[in-house]
Amino acid sequence: MRNLVSLIAGTLFGFGLALAQMTNPTKIINFLDVTGTWDPSLAFVMGGALLVSLVSFRFILRRPRPAFEQRFHLPTRRDIDSRLVVGAVLFGIGWGLGGFCPGPGIAALASGHWQPAVFMVGLVGGVLAFQRQEQAPA
Amino acid sequence: MTIVNFTPGSGLAGGLFIGVSAALLLSLNGRLAGISGILGSAMSGLNRDTLWRWLFLAGLLLGATVEFWVAPGVRTFNSASSWPTLLLAGLLVGYGTRLGNGCTSGHGICGLARLSARSTVAVVTFMLSGAVTTFIVRHIVGGGA
Repeated sequence: MRNLVSLIAGTLFGFGLALAQMTNPTKIINFLDVTGTWDPSLAFVMGGALLVSLVSFRFILRRPRPAFEQRFHLPTRRDIDSRLVVGAVLFGIGWGLGGFCPGPGIAALASGHWQPAVFMVGLVGGVLAFQRQEQAPA
Repeated sequence: MTIVNFTPGSGLAGGLFIGVSAALLLSLNGRLAGISGILGSAMSGLNRDTLWRWLFLAGLLLGATVEFWVAPGVRTFNSASSWPTLLLAGLLVGYGTRLGNGCTSGHGICGLARLSARSTVAVVTFMLSGAVTTFIVRHIVGGGA
């Protein structure tokens, strides 16, 4: 059941990204270009998503467990460490350079353009590099 | 500063779909819809544990495909980035999201919804970082993305 749910959830997510045109990197870069040609659309996308998630999560997380799993799988870290901040800085730079983040990068592959594909190649490389570094002896 | 291509309606609507997706994944599967985490874990292989992740990612592709097919007029795409820039962008996003344990969906939509301090810091940080990068590329270097 969880597999079907995942497929449906993913489809809704991808549909939403495309509908919001988050698969168009220029809309993202224009959002970040606050002093230049500004496109506030991304704020509305996040706003719409948060409208649902903020309200629903409060009720969902009060329950003892999810419908089709034994327990909720939630992050447990609460400290604000350098990895979080440095990671966010690096992510932000990449986001600003390309106008893609992981979700839109994957969804934009459906557009048939080559740019998301090149971005995703880089992304996979970055993930592999991180994993390799984590495994290496300190 | 000039406002361009502002699409609040479809933006909000798309956002609602994303929010519903996250709510479904959490309430039914107990998982957060953080794409960088889902992809990162999926990359460990294809097995019983990662299957739901691959199906979610396949759904991402499927959903976007359906939307493009249903509303082709809205299918705008514009990218001024060169391929080396995109490759570098991907590397930074791939590495940075693993190091920071999240992205716009993980920290932005799910983390903020959980009122997470970590996610709040992450979101503010990558927004600022993205804005500074864009400023440098567009207004200092000029003729960039």
